[in-house]
Amino acid sequence: MRICVQSDPFDMGAEANRFTQSATGAGAIVTFTGITRDSAAGDLAVMEIEHYPGMTERALNEIATQAMTRWQLTDCLVIHRHGRLAPTDPIMMVATAARHRADAFAAAEFLMDYLKSRAPFWKKEIAKSGTAWVAARDEDEAALKRW
Amino acid sequence: MIDVLYFAWVRERIGLPRERIDTNAATVNDLIAELSAREERYAVAFSDLSSLRVALDQELSDFDAPLAGVREIAFFPPMTGG
Repeated sequence: MRICVQSDPFDMGAEANRFTQSATGAGAIVTFTGITRDSAAGDLAVMEIEHYPGMTERALNEIATQAMTRWQLTDCLVIHRHGRLAPTDPIMMVATAARHRADAFAAAEFLMDYLKSRAPFWKKEIAKSGTAWVAARDEDEAALKRW
Repeated sequence: MIDVLYFAWVRERIGLPRERIDTNAATVNDLIAELSAREERYAVAFSDLSSLRVALDQELSDFDAPLAGVREIAFFPPMTGG
């Protein structure tokens, strides 16, 4: 299990390869990458991601540990960036490894649902048309109920 | 003494990322009342608690939670990770 909270960019291909090479005992790997979405008006200049140092690492560790216990995972990886990002820049990535794909898919979805609403990150869109904090969506909070 | 941290628009509204407060507030709600009475910018930031979350020593908590033994309290809007 590896958790990385970083301002530096990451290479999703290299991360997926490294994760796969060390996935002894697994038969399935699921990876998800979230990238910086443009504003509705298509004029996003920068996405600024703020986080709560200390609590972020603690929350991500807790969520990943839960995923490891609830499903038959051999490993999992969470990378989440903070700082200033441009449209299409990768923000975060999760990878799960399991003997069979059902566990890997379910655990990856669980990780994503919890990351959205329980990891202390806040996004601010800086666009030509103005600056706004991204509001949490009710659907994201509701998604936690299925677990 | 308790360290109070603010994030995202809460930080912007209050105008600082953290401060150290000498308080006898028994609960989170008591601390909010104390701060809100102190200055308008706090009252504005804390005007709608449904749009706020609170963490005590880096664990999500509730507004009626006691502050005894807590070293760090953080106020922020609902999180938008992922």
